[in-house]
Amino acid sequence: MARELRSESHSDVCLPSHAPCADNRVGTGSALKSGRKNGVIVPEQPGKSAIEVRGVRKVFGTGDAQVAALDTVSVSIRENEFFTLLGPSGCGKTTLLRLIAGFDFPSAGEILLHGQDIAPLPPFKRPVNTVFQNYALFPHMTVAENIGFGLEMLGKPKAEVKGRVAEMLKLVKMEALSNRRTSQISGGQQQRVALARALAPQPKVLLLDEPLSALDFKLRKEMQIELKRLQHETGITFIFVTHDQEEALTMSDRIAVMSSGKILQVGTPWDIYDKPAERFVADFIGETNFLTAAITGMGNGKARATLKSGATIDATVAEGFQPKDNATVVVRPEHAKLTSGKGDLSGTVENIVYFGTDTHIHVRLDSSEAFTVRQQNTRSAGCGFERGDKVGILIGNDAAQVLRD
Amino acid sequence: MESAEEVAKDAARREIRDRWLLSAPALIIIFLAATGPLLIVVIYSFLTPGPYGDVVWKFSTDGWLSVLMQRDIFDDTLTFADAHLSIFWRSAKLSFLTTIFTLLFGFPTAYFIATRPARQRNIWLFLITIPFWTNLLIRTFAIQEVIRNEGIVNTVLIKLGIISQPIQMMFTDFALMVGMTYVYLPLMVLPLYASMEKIDFRLVEAGYDLYANRFQVLRRVIIPLVKPGIVAGSILVFIPALGAYVTPRVLGGSKNMMLGNLIELQFGQGRNWPLGSALSLSLMAIVMVALLLYVRSVGRQGGAHG
Amino acid sequence: MASRFDIRRQTGFTTIAMICFFALYLPIITLVVYAFNAGNSIAIWEGVSLRWFYQAWNNSQVVDASIRSLQIASVAATIATIVATMAALATTRTKPYPGLGFKYAFINQPLMVPEIVTAVALLIFFSRIKIWTGYSGLGYLMAAHTAFCIPFAYLPIRARLESMDLSLETAAADLYATPWKAFRRVTFPLLWPGILAGLMLAFVISLDDVVITEFVKSGGQDTLPTYMLGQFRRFITPEINAISTVFLLISILIVTVFFFISRKKDQE
Repeated sequence: MARELRSESHSDVCLPSHAPCADNRVGTGSALKSGRKNGVIVPEQPGKSAIEVRGVRKVFGTGDAQVAALDTVSVSIRENEFFTLLGPSGCGKTTLLRLIAGFDFPSAGEILLHGQDIAPLPPFKRPVNTVFQNYALFPHMTVAENIGFGLEMLGKPKAEVKGRVAEMLKLVKMEALSNRRTSQISGGQQQRVALARALAPQPKVLLLDEPLSALDFKLRKEMQIELKRLQHETGITFIFVTHDQEEALTMSDRIAVMSSGKILQVGTPWDIYDKPAERFVADFIGETNFLTAAITGMGNGKARATLKSGATIDATVAEGFQPKDNATVVVRPEHAKLTSGKGDLSGTVENIVYFGTDTHIHVRLDSSEAFTVRQQNTRSAGCGFERGDKVGILIGNDAAQVLRD
Repeated sequence: MESAEEVAKDAARREIRDRWLLSAPALIIIFLAATGPLLIVVIYSFLTPGPYGDVVWKFSTDGWLSVLMQRDIFDDTLTFADAHLSIFWRSAKLSFLTTIFTLLFGFPTAYFIATRPARQRNIWLFLITIPFWTNLLIRTFAIQEVIRNEGIVNTVLIKLGIISQPIQMMFTDFALMVGMTYVYLPLMVLPLYASMEKIDFRLVEAGYDLYANRFQVLRRVIIPLVKPGIVAGSILVFIPALGAYVTPRVLGGSKNMMLGNLIELQFGQGRNWPLGSALSLSLMAIVMVALLLYVRSVGRQGGAHG
Repeated sequence: MASRFDIRRQTGFTTIAMICFFALYLPIITLVVYAFNAGNSIAIWEGVSLRWFYQAWNNSQVVDASIRSLQIASVAATIATIVATMAALATTRTKPYPGLGFKYAFINQPLMVPEIVTAVALLIFFSRIKIWTGYSGLGYLMAAHTAFCIPFAYLPIRARLESMDLSLETAAADLYATPWKAFRRVTFPLLWPGILAGLMLAFVISLDDVVITEFVKSGGQDTLPTYMLGQFRRFITPEINAISTVFLLISILIVTVFFFISRKKDQE
């Protein structure tokens, strides 16, 4: 039954004159029930997009002072997806989120919510809710009043609001604190209230603007799991903004990496980490070795790259790669192996850094490039190498990726 | 349907219009009952005095001329108006001295409050705030009771046998200065406190660490840090002191007039509204120059800090 | 014995501060004490009595002036606070727009011109209008007081608005509140302490005004301060002390409430 209602909710059209689209939407209660009965909620139509951003530009300022915060961005975010916008500060990720929420209007382009352009709608007419970076909880209201605010604004009957608030309090495990002022609860609890408040009106899409950045490390880890659980149980599309690559990798179904107002790559965490398309993506996420190589052959989605050392390796190729003489090849430090014999590369150990779980061995290659190898530690012995050792580096069969830039 | 771009433009236009509409009532009231009338003063300063006050609508520069000059009634020659000059001079001198004295007393007081523990600080601050918002007239009256011939100072001194005759303090420049220092002191302390509150005492520690003694720390670290407060407090004291009316009227008497009283005189017994208008505008001009200097010094301060 | 070195201490500052507090309060306390003097003098103590309070209470001039003061202050403070609130909403939390600087300067203009100059200007202006219209009621005083109260009411309201988190209203809009609902449910309740502070400041400022009232009032329109100013020319009895004491009490009461409202705001 929940399924039927949910698919019905997809077809509901959000016209400007028909602000409270939320009316037709399914209660969390039923979504919750279905979540518990069926276990994992599977999106009915996996490719269908909840949010479709088409050619959106956002320019701030006028004349010479003009800055394009978003430079013609297009992206499609699927139903029931945990989608992350990842990038350094100033890359435009928050701007994109604010455009979807309706706090700003695009200078050009369309934003479709289930096929309907919502870009011209004010925020209070969009069935989209936000969890703010500083939570933005109303200080003059209690926890329960905060959570019920959206439903109240939608003109829901008191009894329904009360019921939903109770449900939400349960969902975020805050029942005991419902009558507290928001200034009287901890940061982690405020975070939960902010989540409950944004989820209470049953948004079609939940926007999260770096919601974990104010929490300490341990609480952040806890909330990451909590967020995944909530997304699972409610089946709502989450769009999550963060600059923390680790957070993005662990939580997301798909990630869009942004830089200077552009989306550089969209893909699963696996794709983004193992097959970065551009230098910026490879550099921003995890640690990487960059090597210059000549492409000597292509085929079967793979390239044959000849490294400066003369060794030839097979590498996957980034989408949109244009064959050229000097391409950049990246190899993650844990995908390479150090050997005292001969490898694909050779060099001298410059520095050894112990990290507990693993050891980083910095090697100066004979071609004078730097290369780092990450080696898993064991209890019994050291890493087996010492500073100044002549070493070889083995690059596995499926360890290298050719970048497009 | 409008595009998002048009909606955004519309919203921006509407917002500016709404912001003007919202501020309109305040602007209109201030224009009608404060700013607008000032413009009329400009016109009045160029008219001829009426015989029973008010003006006759005839152009004349006599109002402005007699701010500093006087026309000899017999041969029409112009000489400097000593009476006016001495009042200008007294106003400037007393306002300056008042500023200096409030600063000398206010600085340590503000520093004292700012260095109290947080809980105590509010109590001391409250004690400064009360006189700040207490009627100026009542405070002037209170200081008058202290310094008058039968007042507490003279009574105590006579009882102690230190003096046999009361010291005449009322109706002297001394009384004016004591009175103005007294009534304007809170105006100095509050802005000083506001900037001292923000002092990062690690900077003072750094000063001591680098071999400065107490006085050097005060002069080279603390005073430069609170300079904006010193300037703000000085302006807040100097400007009302220059235009003071109540305090000189109560404590100074007719001989120790200040500018404010001279202006009032022209609208009362003097029956010279154009001169009164010209004097008012002169006072305003001095205040504007002081404010301009203040704004520039604040601007420089802002620039220096980033 | 070596004492701990206190980096905050400056020699003599505490002494000067104590002298200042003593000097600030000695005259006020003297004034209050002599309000209870049984004798006719404001310097020679002749025992405790409430006679001057009774006398002031029965002095119809004092009572009339007090009522007039309260009337003017109530009207002026209320109107000033309402328009100042609107003006504060219009001039805060925005990107600079054409005319914003002008508005700031205009609203604060009464603070920048010496009171005596404004008083003279109003005397001239209102005396013309009195001739034209024949109206000579309290309206002039109320208008004048409203104008100079606006910047005082504006200050705490603006300060409060600027310290308010703009994302709260964004959050309200995100949660389906229309602009008006967002104002009523979020902005206004949070702004309320600032409005209250502004109202009280404006009230005290209006109640205290001497100079502008002295110039603008028509015959028989004395407020309490101008009545008192007139009395100083005569032989002063402790009746003035008694009036001052009551006046002081009212001011202190309002300031105390104001002080704690604005302090509470800081702690939030």
